Amino acid sequence: MTDTSTNKNDDQNKDQDRRKIKSAKKMRDIMTTYYLEAMTAKENNKKIAWITSGGPVEPLIAMDIIPVYPENHGAMIGASKMGEDLCVKAEDMGYSSDLCSYARADISCAVVNGGPIGGLPKPDMLVCCTNICGTVLKWYEIQARYFNVPLFILDTPICHTEYSPEIAVYVRKQINEYIIFLETQTHKKFNHDKMAIVGRLALQGQKLWQKILNTTAHKPSPMSAFDSFFFLALIVTLRGTQTAVDFYQELALEMEDRIQRGISIVPKEKYRLLWDNLPLWYQLKWLSNKFSDHNACLVADTYTSAWCSAIKYIDENNFLDSMAEAYTRIYLNIGVDQMADQVLDMIQFYDVDGFVMHSNRSCKPYSFGQMDIMKTVREKAGIPVIMIEADMVDPRNFSLSQAETRIDAFMEIIKQKG
Amino acid sequence: MEEITPFHNAIQDPFALASNIKSRSKKIIGYMCSYAPEELIHAAGFHPMRMFSSKSDISLAENHLQAYCCSLVRGVLEDSLAGRLDFLDGTVFPHTCDSIQRLSDIWRLNTNYGFFSDVVMPSKLNTQSSMAYMTDVLEKFKKDLEKSIGRTIRDEDLSNSISLFNGIRKNLARVYELKSQSPGIIKGADLYAVVKAAMLMDRDELFVLLKNLVQKLETRKSGPVHGKRLILSGSVCDMPDIYTLIEASGGFVVADDLCTGQRWFEGQIPEDLPPMEALTDRYAHRVVCPAKHSGNTSRGEHIVNLAENHKADGVIFALLKFCDPHSFDYPYMKEFLAKVGIKTLHLELDDQQQGQGQLSTRIETFISMI
Repeated sequence: MTDTSTNKNDDQNKDQDRRKIKSAKKMRDIMTTYYLEAMTAKENNKKIAWITSGGPVEPLIAMDIIPVYPENHGAMIGASKMGEDLCVKAEDMGYSSDLCSYARADISCAVVNGGPIGGLPKPDMLVCCTNICGTVLKWYEIQARYFNVPLFILDTPICHTEYSPEIAVYVRKQINEYIIFLETQTHKKFNHDKMAIVGRLALQGQKLWQKILNTTAHKPSPMSAFDSFFFLALIVTLRGTQTAVDFYQELALEMEDRIQRGISIVPKEKYRLLWDNLPLWYQLKWLSNKFSDHNACLVADTYTSAWCSAIKYIDENNFLDSMAEAYTRIYLNIGVDQMADQVLDMIQFYDVDGFVMHSNRSCKPYSFGQMDIMKTVREKAGIPVIMIEADMVDPRNFSLSQAETRIDAFMEIIKQKG
Repeated sequence: MEEITPFHNAIQDPFALASNIKSRSKKIIGYMCSYAPEELIHAAGFHPMRMFSSKSDISLAENHLQAYCCSLVRGVLEDSLAGRLDFLDGTVFPHTCDSIQRLSDIWRLNTNYGFFSDVVMPSKLNTQSSMAYMTDVLEKFKKDLEKSIGRTIRDEDLSNSISLFNGIRKNLARVYELKSQSPGIIKGADLYAVVKAAMLMDRDELFVLLKNLVQKLETRKSGPVHGKRLILSGSVCDMPDIYTLIEASGGFVVADDLCTGQRWFEGQIPEDLPPMEALTDRYAHRVVCPAKHSGNTSRGEHIVNLAENHKADGVIFALLKFCDPHSFDYPYMKEFLAKVGIKTLHLELDDQQQGQGQLSTRIETFISMI
């Protein structure tokens, strides 16, 4: 008896090992190195810019400024389940519990130096791009007051129905203002040659990221959205560097190798799902297991693909000019109907059986309009849709038992259809 | 005071008001936010009407907007889906907050009032390029209107509208000024009715009514009143009860930082500039809304100045639940006020809110403390 069960466990462990994505360790190492460099920036006479996740990082890299992402930090805070404590601290400072949990966690973390890495290195400047939300505008004003550092705002007007000529002119002008801002902050001339190289690397990185995400169209899928949530960190924080390109090349190879050897991330993938909105950083493992237990794989998501959603607008030989459009027309900065179109495309491309929407209290521009997208998906794709009420970092807005019941019911419907 | 009655009538039944305006073969354009260029809408021959929630129960809007969306945005969508806004001939959505941004999409996809325009204003107002963009956006909106009416809006028409709206602003500012000088002169609930009606009524009619009201108030003797001088700060304050509760507790509102108040009407549009240039100037330099950026401390400085100019004893932040821009600004504005020794109260409001018991206790306690 004992022997058989040990063997069984051994087999299980072996199987788990085989399915593990090997590049994960390397990615952790790269992120550790990146944060260590950021933490020791002062000693190395390097400047630090805090920048929004959708912000134009390439000019910073070209100027040798270390970009630091409070949103990536927010994700780390959520994943290490420190979100509630930091959010409560922000509420004690007077911030409403209805505000974005990334913002709340970051605002209080700056004051108490808490969180998994003891707070972010202090910024020398702040760069805020409004393409993801209006929240970042307020959040960065708060940090500009707190740290008493200059704030640059790249205002990318929403393209409800079009990228109008007025918007194009306005954003392009601001790219020049951004460069002047960086020159002023660093007392250095902007290096256009280096910018050209960084621009190419950024595009290369985005194309590789897209390629990696595309591998999940294969059945069974070599990775899931839960892996994308993890591997996303580099395309966000190190976009425009050789490090990111090299890493994603390796990761792409690993995915292709998995496909060839038939290694899927979910052992018995039978159902394929699409995820919408940010992850629940504090419940990744539970959610992943939950779907896996149903033999379902979240093969793609609208969130991690946002970092390559504007590739078509980038001209690698003219990065600065084209980045205005690329940064303005990202997934969140367009009309709900265009978002629905992209969702429909993904449903087809990844051949999914169901759509899981996270109604995220922290992210209004992502979540309002979801119900209209839901209706479109039901009508045009004819697949079941579920909406889970939660929050990306603050677990107080998530009921595990309720979500479990609803996911089980949702999977039952999918199984009956299948 | 009989001069107040027409304002109360207007806000009591906005739908009757709308059909009355329609019967004079005027077309009505609804708008969501105080950054809507009313002057242009008016110059195009439309009647601009600000949309408020009728505060009916939310049921139809539940299918489009989650419960964590503010009651104003949900309430207005509910009114639309329930057919209560069928009198509209069009709607305009200036870009402000994330919620109104998405309301615009949902509106465009689910309603059909004819004219529709997003006026995608800049989010920052303190750079040259954002000003140039503001001009472009206003020009574009003008073209949208012209396309809809099939004729051009002449500079002369626009100048006339600007002049009329300046007159309205001037009189509203005067009413506030008189109220601040002698707070007993007009009741808070009356003041609320005047301002709200000013966003709904026929503007020519309104101008005359306001002028009469100012004349009346100027001759009105108000005995010395004792009470605490308060300022209201927030977005839309569509609750007459707040004013009544404040007065019942021994206070009165002497100024505000509301988009249904001074943020909307303070200041004049320069009449010596070409009209489109003057409009850019207006929307760039008016008292700023927290959804826009004009410096890191501009709202904090403004509220302190306002409090000092009006010798306020306290500031009440009347914030709509789920209103992100205002909630983000509240802690620092409170801190700015604390530095000059001005006490604050934070009220979290819901447009659909019933029963003012708790509100009353909090206001009473606050006023007795300052």
